[in-house]
Amino acid sequence: MTAAATPGSPPQPTPFPLAVEARGIVKQFPGVLANDRVDFELRRGEVHALLGENGAGKSTLMNILAGLYRPDAGEIEVEGVPVAFGSPRDAIGAGLGMVHQHFTLVPSQTVTENILLGLDRPRFLLHERASEAEIGRLAERFGLRVDPRARIWQLSVGEQQRVEILKMLYRGARILIMDEPTAVLAPQEADDLFATLRSMTAEGRSIVFISHKLGEVLAIADRITVMRRGRVTAAGLPAAGATKADLARLMVGRSVLELLDRTPSTPGEVVLALHDVTADNDRGLPALRGVSLDVRAGEIVGIAAVAGNGQSELAEVVTGLRPCGGDILIGGRSVANTSASTVIRQGVAHVPEDRAGVGSAPNLSLTDNLIMKRYRDSPVARGWLIDNTSAHAIATELRETYQISTPTVETEVRLLSGGNLQRAILAREIETKPGLLVAVQPTRGLDVGAIETVHKLLLNMRARGTAILLISEELDELIALSDRIDVVYEGRIAGSFTAGEAEIGQIGLLMTGGADSDHETVA
Amino acid sequence: MTIRLEPRTSVPRWLSPALTLGAVAVALVISGLIIAAVGGDPIASYLHILNASFGSVGVLSDTLVKATPLILTGLACALAFRMRLWNIGAEGQFLLGAWGASAVVLFPLVPAGTPGIVLIPLMMVAGMAAGGLWGMIPGLLRARLAVNEIIVTLMLNYVALFWIQFWVFGPWSESGFQQTKTFPEEAWLPRLSDFASSVPAFGGLTVHLGLIFGLVAAGLLWLFLERSRWGYEIRLIGDSPRAARYAGIDIAKRLIIVFVISGALAGLAGMSEVSGSVHRLQDRISPGYGFTAVIVAYLAKFQPGRVVVAAILFGALILAGREIQPSGVPAMIQGIILFTLIVSDVLVRYRIRIERTAPTPPPMAAGGPPPVTAGGGDGG
Repeated sequence: MTAAATPGSPPQPTPFPLAVEARGIVKQFPGVLANDRVDFELRRGEVHALLGENGAGKSTLMNILAGLYRPDAGEIEVEGVPVAFGSPRDAIGAGLGMVHQHFTLVPSQTVTENILLGLDRPRFLLHERASEAEIGRLAERFGLRVDPRARIWQLSVGEQQRVEILKMLYRGARILIMDEPTAVLAPQEADDLFATLRSMTAEGRSIVFISHKLGEVLAIADRITVMRRGRVTAAGLPAAGATKADLARLMVGRSVLELLDRTPSTPGEVVLALHDVTADNDRGLPALRGVSLDVRAGEIVGIAAVAGNGQSELAEVVTGLRPCGGDILIGGRSVANTSASTVIRQGVAHVPEDRAGVGSAPNLSLTDNLIMKRYRDSPVARGWLIDNTSAHAIATELRETYQISTPTVETEVRLLSGGNLQRAILAREIETKPGLLVAVQPTRGLDVGAIETVHKLLLNMRARGTAILLISEELDELIALSDRIDVVYEGRIAGSFTAGEAEIGQIGLLMTGGADSDHETVA
Repeated sequence: MTIRLEPRTSVPRWLSPALTLGAVAVALVISGLIIAAVGGDPIASYLHILNASFGSVGVLSDTLVKATPLILTGLACALAFRMRLWNIGAEGQFLLGAWGASAVVLFPLVPAGTPGIVLIPLMMVAGMAAGGLWGMIPGLLRARLAVNEIIVTLMLNYVALFWIQFWVFGPWSESGFQQTKTFPEEAWLPRLSDFASSVPAFGGLTVHLGLIFGLVAAGLLWLFLERSRWGYEIRLIGDSPRAARYAGIDIAKRLIIVFVISGALAGLAGMSEVSGSVHRLQDRISPGYGFTAVIVAYLAKFQPGRVVVAAILFGALILAGREIQPSGVPAMIQGIILFTLIVSDVLVRYRIRIERTAPTPPPMAAGGPPPVTAGGGDGG
């Protein structure tokens, strides 16, 4: 496993055992040293996981390798040749391609057109048929099932990711950097991706796999490099023999495996009640088909569902962002089809699924983002005016209390790491002293340390008597936090569990519609 | 040698104003080259422009008269642009404002001989209402039917133009000319020269009360945008409409209000122009103030205080245009300034790197092995 030989590679000679070697990479951003003399080596034909918390410097390092940033210092060799990329085009020219978390595809164009986009060949006329066939063959070779003639908007996120991979392969990438590829995938899609990655390494291609999910790193990687605060804490660790606990310690510098201090709940009166709620999704198709549930003060009700089963719409109807049928009562008052501001005034806080797009305004300052829910009220509002001094003071205090690390409170939040941004959003929402909190995927994409913070904050709110509706795809998280769990499948509640009896296998079956449940079934 | 653009990760505070000034300087150099290319003397031309617009109290006053409608229309654009509403219809809103103010005098809506203290506020209200209603049309269409406001505002400019032409050629025509009769003096905004009897130095100075409207409007708009709750909401909507909706803001309502206020400001500009400067409605009441306003708003980075400065600069250019060559040179300079401004925006987001050979390793690696071209692509 640790040998330099490339398992199952084609018979061609391997002149460069190292696909990539980076030495002494330094990259300074304002207020943060993102990479501090980082060394990294990628062997030919391996899957090398790059593990680290948000803001550890993984993405910076890979963006440097992929030609997006220039290092302030350091050298990079690709297949034994020193390189200095000025753009991603240079990098892909050297056989090194990166698949980003956020895709760069043109929705109205076909798969083939997207793959050909920006290439020098063909020079003028597109021979689309020929290219389609070529792309089809490439896709088949690596198990990347996607129709070359489909338009991007018709594709699922998983399929779009395959297009991104194909794009890189078509450009001749021998080294592929995948930035948190499973963050957007359903479990089955992740398995398909892993199979694809293996077929690529079998051909002698090399893969860097950026992640902070310990389980999948151990499942797919040959070797692991761990980063923390801009430095490498473990270089090229063989995956065989590594344990989750070891890796977690290397990532966060202390042992933080889920030790939740959870007291029994003392549920109070019903805060949120849904009666036979129906709603359509953005495409006008039914997403919720008659959901009834209650959330009481001081309890956490978890919603378990696979993406696309209506849980996002559920959060939106409760927070007044989506019209619905049926009735929604918050604190005894009907709020169905009112407005987001009505719901906010009823004391509902919302941690939305899309932090950067919905939960924050990326180009506004941290202060502006922190006052988003209270700029109408004293002391931030003074009549029609906004008291900047008071806003500044509040932002400074929250930044301190919730350990949001930014150079100043005037920093634009797009410069914040995922964990810091989520802390800022939670700080804002918690400080509204809500009666009900709707939290959607509150820990998605966060590192171990930040997840722990979020979990603690949620349990603190529960202890203070807040009713919490927690929507998550992480079953472990739901089971660890929830007092009750409702499983939603195809817009209906497929089963309900209380904390003690919740069992992961049974929930999993209900989530996937694979259970003829003889379990207590609501709705 | 290769030139590359790299995204900036942070923008220093001084960069944006410095680039704006730099863009204007570059525009002046380019314009100077063009003037030289056609056989003119750029230095002499610029000195002439300077002299013709700022050389004496008299011409300075004329510059301010030209700047007045630009301040108000510039503010109209700056407000809308803050919310990413591309109102390029200030020209039409200006014309409707001029028409509304004229209507008070010409229909007439009030009996002849109404004193100025009553008449002028009425004209202001009518001008702002007409401009505001004209702005409301694209606002409503955008808010309710998601119709692109750029197309609507652009097209409505022509509708407004023909509307004015109908009235000045038809019902309000002064014996067949494309203009109305001169307004009675009660409908004139006071000018400095009106006070020449008590302060002789004011003799012949045409600067009128409209300038005060512009300055007050700039102050109020600053307060509105930078200090008020609505200003915060506009900033939020401008940056992320989805976040604004999540924060409980009724975007459609704000959008319509902003369009109405924007239209009203441009309408006030039209009122101030007919009442303070021209004293009648005529076919060519605007030499394109509403379009120049777009450049003014950009040059000012949508900030009310800077709109005043930029408007005075462009007022000077318009005035000087009559001196050196009607419309030609100043219009060219305006166009080139807009061009360099838009280019300079790229530099706020990216930094330029110039490399001698394509591409060299980073500085720290200078002692390392000789560089190899990475961009060539050695095939897969």
